[in-house]
Amino acid sequence: MAKQVTIFLENRPGRMKSISDILLEKNLNIWAFTIQDRGDFGLMKIIVDKPDQAQIVLAERGVACVLKDVLAVIVPDRPGNLEKLTTALLQKNVNIKDAYGFVCPTGKQGICYLEVENPAGIDLETVIAEHGFSILNDKELYDL
Amino acid sequence: MIWNEAIETMPLEDLKNLQSERLVKLVRYIYERCPVYKQKLDKAGVSPGDIQGIEDITKLPFTTKLDMRDHYPYGLFSRPQSDLVEIHVSSGTTGNPTLVGYTRDDLKLWGDVMARVLCCAGAKPGDFVQNAYGYGLFTGGLGFHYGALEMGLTIIPASSGQTKRQLKIMQDFKPRILACTPSYCLYMAEEAKELGLDPRQGSWKIGIFGAEPWSEPMRNEIEQAWDMLATDVYGLSEIIGPGVSQECTYKDGLHLFSDVFYPEIIDPDSGVPVPEGSNGELVITTLTKQAIPLLRYRTRDIVSMTSQPCRCGRTSPRTSKIKGRTDDMIIVRGINVFPSQIEHVLLGIEGIHPHYQLVIDRKAHKLDEVEIMVEVDEKIFSDEIKRMSALEQKIRKEIEAILSIGVSVKLVEPKTIQRSEGKAKRVVDKRSI
Repeated sequence: MAKQVTIFLENRPGRMKSISDILLEKNLNIWAFTIQDRGDFGLMKIIVDKPDQAQIVLAERGVACVLKDVLAVIVPDRPGNLEKLTTALLQKNVNIKDAYGFVCPTGKQGICYLEVENPAGIDLETVIAEHGFSILNDKELYDL
Repeated sequence: MIWNEAIETMPLEDLKNLQSERLVKLVRYIYERCPVYKQKLDKAGVSPGDIQGIEDITKLPFTTKLDMRDHYPYGLFSRPQSDLVEIHVSSGTTGNPTLVGYTRDDLKLWGDVMARVLCCAGAKPGDFVQNAYGYGLFTGGLGFHYGALEMGLTIIPASSGQTKRQLKIMQDFKPRILACTPSYCLYMAEEAKELGLDPRQGSWKIGIFGAEPWSEPMRNEIEQAWDMLATDVYGLSEIIGPGVSQECTYKDGLHLFSDVFYPEIIDPDSGVPVPEGSNGELVITTLTKQAIPLLRYRTRDIVSMTSQPCRCGRTSPRTSKIKGRTDDMIIVRGINVFPSQIEHVLLGIEGIHPHYQLVIDRKAHKLDEVEIMVEVDEKIFSDEIKRMSALEQKIRKEIEAILSIGVSVKLVEPKTIQRSEGKAKRVVDKRSI
């Protein structure tokens, strides 16, 4: 599964830069990021090439952060595919707590990063595969 | 007009004799009636017979807020609960609040010293008093009430808040005297302007302001905003409430009613009296109180004192405005706030011990604001925004429940709160007072 680093950030100038500075020092590459804004503070969520290393270096610098498993689903860039994916999850009563996605390059494929609540412990990889999508596995993601 | 002329203008020699006589009686009274104090005096090796006059007062041990807390609720009382006609409760440093109680005679005393306060500020028979101190467990509201009652003035028990109604009361009844916190008075000036009123045309000509520290520039601002005389009143619930000292119309120090509240100014570290005019901690002995008389109570307020006679004719010593505190207590909108209270709340929430800082500010609206910054460390960090919001809310609600004033909570990143010599600075007071 993909690993996301979730970071607590105050909402003031320079905070995102401070994170990217630390990641750059270790030459870590950012693949995706998003920020949930909550007024005075927010949560920055990043996908990087070496998430464990990123978490360690950020924590060493006193940044409040955690690692979290997220689903990285490959979704071909065509109308109706997000509907198909969300229908598949709904059928299994899986709640999507947070999600972000993008296509790259346009017209080819997209990736959705999904934080889900899966209380029944359903094998989501199979569910998603049944609907014609695939989940990026660790090997594809992190070049193990 | 001087309310209690015989006492307030008493020649210093006579005053000293009166204080001596009262102290001797007091120590005997406490020793006989209060086991906690008896033990305290025995431990200090002082017996009532050692106290022959006021100059012997330094033989007595100090009483502190800690004693009030440790012997909560009734340990320091010299009278049984059934003798009390009223009690008041204020916030303590942690855990137990501070309880004080009054016998019927104590209330009479309170009324008398508060009538002295009103007269000292320039009140005259027939005056209307708008009392915008909070009525309730806080001593401010009822203290002024009893003083005005004693003096026979007409009281408007407006209590605190409801600014539009305060202004309407002022316009309709034209009270000449206003009693409230100085910051609330300035806040009302802003409100009045927003309503299209000219504060300088208002009826309030004398203000009696206290329950929080304030400065000369603030006095000027109030006097100019309202075209009134702004005077300072001082007191603390442990001693009686408001009514310990008050400025006269010359505004040259606060007259401390030393026939009933004997003042000493000491070096807070050594406990030794400082020379007249030097800054030190104000220590007060309640010479005539019955329910909970206190010996050498350390107020933690830093002042200087002079016994030079005042142009108004009163002979009581005068103290400066409060110049600081010897502890970390801060006063916000009349409420005592100790950083330890905040710490207590944070510890109570999932046993966390995060770094925090209180920021007190007085913005354009003129009412003090408290912001509590809490560092988010790995123990309280959650990767879910709703949990972080819930934490923020929980901290805010619990602190508000303890302090009974509104606060805002701000979660900040680790290591963002300034530390000096490894120790976090707990309070940042941005108010210009």
